[in-house]
Amino acid sequence: MTYFPEEVVEHIVDFLGSHRDRNAMSTVCTAWYQVERLSRRNVFVGNCYAIRPERVMARFPWMKSLSVKGKPHFADFNLVPYDWGGFAQPWIEAAARGCPGLEELRLKRMVVTDDDLELLARSFPNFKSLVLVSCEGFSTDGLAAIATYCRGLRELDLQENEVEDHGHQWLSCFPDSCTSLISLNFACLKGEVNANALERLVARCPDLRSLKLNRAISVESLNRILTRAPHLVDLGTGSMMLNHHTEAYHRLINTFLKCKSLRSLSGFCDASSCCLQAVYPVCMNLTALNLSYAPAIQGDDLIKLICLSVASACKDLQELRVFPSDIYGAGTAAVTEEGLVAISSGCPKLNSLLYFCYQMTNTALVTVAKNCPHFTRFRLCILDPGKPDPVTNQPLDEGFGAIVRSCKNLRRLSLSGLLTDKVFLYIGMHAEHLEMLSIAFAGDSDKGMVYVLNGCKNLRKLEIRDCPFGDDALLKDVTKYETMRSLWMSSCDVTLGGCRALAAKMPSLNVEIINESDEANEFQENFGDLHKVEKLYVYRTVGGGRTDAPDFVWIL
Amino acid sequence: MEAAARYVKDGADLRDTELRLGLPGSEAPEKPAVPSTRGGKRALQEDDDMESRGKSRPLEADSAEAPAAKAQIVGWPPIRSYRRNSFPPRKAEAEAAGLYVKVSMDGAPYLRKIDLKVYKGYKELKEAMENMFDCFTQGEVSRKDGCSSGSESAITYEDKDGDLMLVGDVPWEMFISSCRRLRILKGCEVRVLRTRQYS
Repeated sequence: MTYFPEEVVEHIVDFLGSHRDRNAMSTVCTAWYQVERLSRRNVFVGNCYAIRPERVMARFPWMKSLSVKGKPHFADFNLVPYDWGGFAQPWIEAAARGCPGLEELRLKRMVVTDDDLELLARSFPNFKSLVLVSCEGFSTDGLAAIATYCRGLRELDLQENEVEDHGHQWLSCFPDSCTSLISLNFACLKGEVNANALERLVARCPDLRSLKLNRAISVESLNRILTRAPHLVDLGTGSMMLNHHTEAYHRLINTFLKCKSLRSLSGFCDASSCCLQAVYPVCMNLTALNLSYAPAIQGDDLIKLICLSVASACKDLQELRVFPSDIYGAGTAAVTEEGLVAISSGCPKLNSLLYFCYQMTNTALVTVAKNCPHFTRFRLCILDPGKPDPVTNQPLDEGFGAIVRSCKNLRRLSLSGLLTDKVFLYIGMHAEHLEMLSIAFAGDSDKGMVYVLNGCKNLRKLEIRDCPFGDDALLKDVTKYETMRSLWMSSCDVTLGGCRALAAKMPSLNVEIINESDEANEFQENFGDLHKVEKLYVYRTVGGGRTDAPDFVWIL
Repeated sequence: MEAAARYVKDGADLRDTELRLGLPGSEAPEKPAVPSTRGGKRALQEDDDMESRGKSRPLEADSAEAPAAKAQIVGWPPIRSYRRNSFPPRKAEAEAAGLYVKVSMDGAPYLRKIDLKVYKGYKELKEAMENMFDCFTQGEVSRKDGCSSGSESAITYEDKDGDLMLVGDVPWEMFISSCRRLRILKGCEVRVLRTRQYS
């Protein structure tokens, strides 16, 4: 056997970027495991309860960038109780002890407190980038700590977090010596922001490329900021309440004319149609446009804007998200299958779609599947649960079947509308690369779920709500869950007995029952095996049971 | 196909396979029993929510059920609350809430409140207000000296900026959206107002 020098392995490992490649490589032998772990710079933990933070720090001491996810996806829709878990504290504490060289931290759907942020700010001298997505539990005081203590901070990106407003002073906490900011996003903050401090901050950060303002920033302030930072690539406007007869409007147009580098636009809070004209100068260069926070913009103006920005590039459109303008009823401007068919015929490169609509037909889906075979993410939400094809009154099995047959690289799929077990048969047969599947109000029997578990070899996340899947499906192939990150089932037919059986057979899984009813705590022991489980969350873990679970979470 | 055929059947057949509480042979409840019911106690307490919370079986999905029931399903549609807040409020709620503003009349001992949404235009509003304060108008005539007619009055309103405006200048819809409270000016003040108008 030829001796393979470690230095060679080290050199090769440097070329390995992807987590999967590195994970695979580290299982070859102990020597390779050691080489890999000491050279890993980016660590991704998809489920914060899958492993204890200390183990991560011990294995990867030279980690520079850490990304951790907490709550399950359905927490976004209020299906996970507020204090379920997902605390950032143990991660930040462990990193402070074990990896002081940490430079980047990205947390998603986790509970982060002001104390956590202060610890973070004080513990890592080289800290450069903080990205918080859909987190909660902190206030602007925590941001003040970050601004104050993180010398050399390059990125502070707050995406859709719940942040308590304790005043606007935080922005003034960036010292005058802070000139390193490249990206600043505080669009989710609800409170006032010190516009002067912001303008001065922008002025002294020549490398600033991405700036996303919140609603409190006026148009006048935006104008001043853009004047100081015409080299921005990514802009999220603040309030865009603007009348096009005013000075401010004309000034803004002129300012936008100078922003030659702008490629991505978002924000447009409270925007009316007339203010859209202010951004026409930059439209042609846009690669990304987010108008989802401007429900007041009417159809015609929207079309004009899209034509200006996307028309010539339409055939290159890759990602589209269409949100409902009225979630409580169809209204006269209901989005239907027609829109989707039209888009698919003009945009063959479309690979990522999130589409809320009032109705969908099988014919439309078949057409879309034919026009756009490159979908990697296809999420369709028909607002009325269990709604059939309105033309034929049939389930949408065939339509979705066409999607999974045609889109060979489909990785993420969300289903809606009236669906039987058949659609799951199709998914199991054809969706080879499917990694994440979201199901609601669908299926007839356990067979549906079993088709998916048997067929989708690359399935990582399965989330199900309000479907008639029970213990038989859950227990059909218990080892499958070890190959997945997690399974969520709520308002289905699984019973406590079934969950207990699963937990007994698979010690490597955490089987969590979330039971919010008041009686649950008193009669915990008295619930028999036939008791239907409200919410079930199963995930693989090498970290053992959680120690921070609240009362209403039972870990079997 | 067997599955397809099921959807043509009457909903009553599904009751045979439904899980529900009750002794064998007892009558099925009027409401479609919801398989997502968890435990007896909860079913009783949340009876009202059952229809809206439950899985919608195929037939019920396209029945003439009120959309309001669907809108109450927890976590549906799957839109982050962050986004929901940027939507306009439910029309039904907005209509039900009404647009109540205070109405004061100079000299009247107490104020009234009216719902602006009930009226279609200025004429109706003025009539309603005159009726409302009718009882006070009678007494006005004798008390004020130097004023020609106690029945002369002008209806003004306080707008979003806090300014006192004369009712009737702007289109009705615009008025409704900017009116914060109403004030009926009587006698002398009205003459002053009228004088200013023509000066």
